[in-house]
Amino acid sequence: MEPTLGQYLMVSGALFAIGLLGVIVRRNLLIIYMSLELMLNAANVALVAMSRFNGNLDGQVMVFFIITVAAAEVAVGLALIVALYRKRQTAEVADLATMKL
Amino acid sequence: MNTAAWLILLLPLFSAVAIGLGAYRSRLASAALSIGAVVGSFLLTLWLIAVGDELRSSVPWLAMEGLQINIGLQIDPLSRLMLCVVTGVGSLIHIFSLGYMREDRDFSRYFAFLSLFVFSMLGIVLADNFVMMFIFWELVGVSSYLLIGFWFEKPSAADAAKKAFLTNRVGDFGFLLGILMVWAAFGTVGFAELEKAEATAICGLAGFLIFCGAMGKSAQFPLHVWLPDAMEGPTPVSALIHAATMVAAGVYMLCRVFFLIEGTWAMEAIAWIGGLTALLAALMAVQQDDIKRILAYSTLSQLGYMVMAVGLGSPDAAMFHLTTHASFKALLFLGAGSVIVALHHEQDIWKMGGLRERMPKTYWTFLIGTMALCGVPLFSGFFSKEAILDAALENNLLLFLVAVLVALLTTFYMTRLFVVAFMGEPRSAHAGSALESPSVMTVPLLLLAVPSVIAGYFNAHAPNPLVLAASLVVLVFGMLVANSLYSGAKTDPLPARLGRLAKALHDRFWFDEAYQWLIDNVQENLAKLADAIDRWIIAGLLVRGTHGTTELAARVLRLAQTGNLQTYAFWFAAGMAALLIFTLG
Repeated sequence: MEPTLGQYLMVSGALFAIGLLGVIVRRNLLIIYMSLELMLNAANVALVAMSRFNGNLDGQVMVFFIITVAAAEVAVGLALIVALYRKRQTAEVADLATMKL
Repeated sequence: MNTAAWLILLLPLFSAVAIGLGAYRSRLASAALSIGAVVGSFLLTLWLIAVGDELRSSVPWLAMEGLQINIGLQIDPLSRLMLCVVTGVGSLIHIFSLGYMREDRDFSRYFAFLSLFVFSMLGIVLADNFVMMFIFWELVGVSSYLLIGFWFEKPSAADAAKKAFLTNRVGDFGFLLGILMVWAAFGTVGFAELEKAEATAICGLAGFLIFCGAMGKSAQFPLHVWLPDAMEGPTPVSALIHAATMVAAGVYMLCRVFFLIEGTWAMEAIAWIGGLTALLAALMAVQQDDIKRILAYSTLSQLGYMVMAVGLGSPDAAMFHLTTHASFKALLFLGAGSVIVALHHEQDIWKMGGLRERMPKTYWTFLIGTMALCGVPLFSGFFSKEAILDAALENNLLLFLVAVLVALLTTFYMTRLFVVAFMGEPRSAHAGSALESPSVMTVPLLLLAVPSVIAGYFNAHAPNPLVLAASLVVLVFGMLVANSLYSGAKTDPLPARLGRLAKALHDRFWFDEAYQWLIDNVQENLAKLADAIDRWIIAGLLVRGTHGTTELAARVLRLAQTGNLQTYAFWFAAGMAALLIFTLG
């Protein structure tokens, strides 16, 4: 049986929620980063599902762009995390509170 | 002609500036500059009088929509007469000062201030509009402050200067309001334009407010308290300020703007205030012991006469009396100055006596001044006083009686002063060894004695027989009573006879005490209230309140700024969720 749009969107929403939870509660920067990617891909799933059920390719085109941009973003983000680790010898988010007054 | 008029005004200013900028190092140069300037102004004035043309010359100073203010000069018979008085008497006083101030270490400063004062006074006389007059009016206030407080290291002199300035400011506030009212009603402040304008209902109030300025400068009741205290200044200053110029400025100004008050209710008020001042001051003069204070109260009383004359619709009589009074009162003050110097700065008349033989020139000139002030027939004061009494008799019988009573008191206190200070036996060692003053002081006395005798003939007319009879009776009566009371007296016999009344007169009806009480109880409390409002409501509630609220809000909001990335992420997500619920639900 063919899954409905609602079911796709529920999967997408669940992935997004898991990602958000990860961003909020996990302590390690790398894990948080992975959770962020998860949220991004949850959005992609929703876009593809919409595209397919509406018979319109615009959504899928946008997903390609998102994947491309995300790849670049991952490169920059990981570079930042590595640089940060070298400087501070830590990737724990709780230690990075210097923005507080 | 035009240049001459401007020069009259600017010469004393030039002298004041020159002394201030460098000439002060040389006493001789300062005195020469100052005396040269005022004598130059006097000669130019005489030339103007000889030419006799009327002149108006002005340069625009401030122009905006609906208001044009000029700095301008107005030469007409009124200002010519006043110029003559100010520069003429002023010249003699400058020369007299050479002798009087010869031992003062601030000789140069004295002459600089004197020049500044003459400049300000000439500005009032020459002004052709209200605003310029007001500017110079205030300048006179400042320079009189400087002169009265000339010996500022003496606390009483510093206080007297402050008192004079502040009391004048009270009157000037009314003056300023009056000027604003005139401007609002007529749209112009020039005297010539105002004279042509149609009189309106507001003239009465505006006139009265302007009179408030004269009340301060001419020391009319209830702002008369500064003048006797102002005797703390050097005696030539007393002669200049309190005989010929500053106090006359109020009367002059009233005559200048007489067209404004003519026929309004303000006239009545002015006449009564003048009469009341004349009476009160004459009463107070009866029981003073300081020679300069007696003369000061006498000045007050004569000013009251002049103001009364203006109020009775006779500014000519007021200006006439102003002119004669300027010469004989300057003579009396300078005579007093001569006595004071000879007695090593002793001013109490009960420590004088017997000066007749020791200081003959001062004695004779003082006698002439006294006779002129008392209104002995054929002396100048006689004619001008008759003119005022005439005006009073025509318009207001009650004020006529007041004026006659004042004439009686005047004769009485002047005879008292004269008999006690000059006749009899010396009452102190200084009086016994007094020497006549040098000729730099006696020559001005002699020169002033001339107009004191003859100034009346320029405007003499046959007096009303009733007025003549009344003034002769009070003259003879006053002289006889005073002479019998004080001839050979060791102390004042009046306190014993009058009891508490004499005390009231001696204490000047407790005006100063009443004002002190008023200030302590009203002004002080108002100041405390204002301070409390400022401290607690404005500074406390409003300023501190605004600052406190902002700071409190900031402290609360700062709790959200943990610096923790994940907290931000949580709030970000929560915010997004809230927005979503809001838009979708």
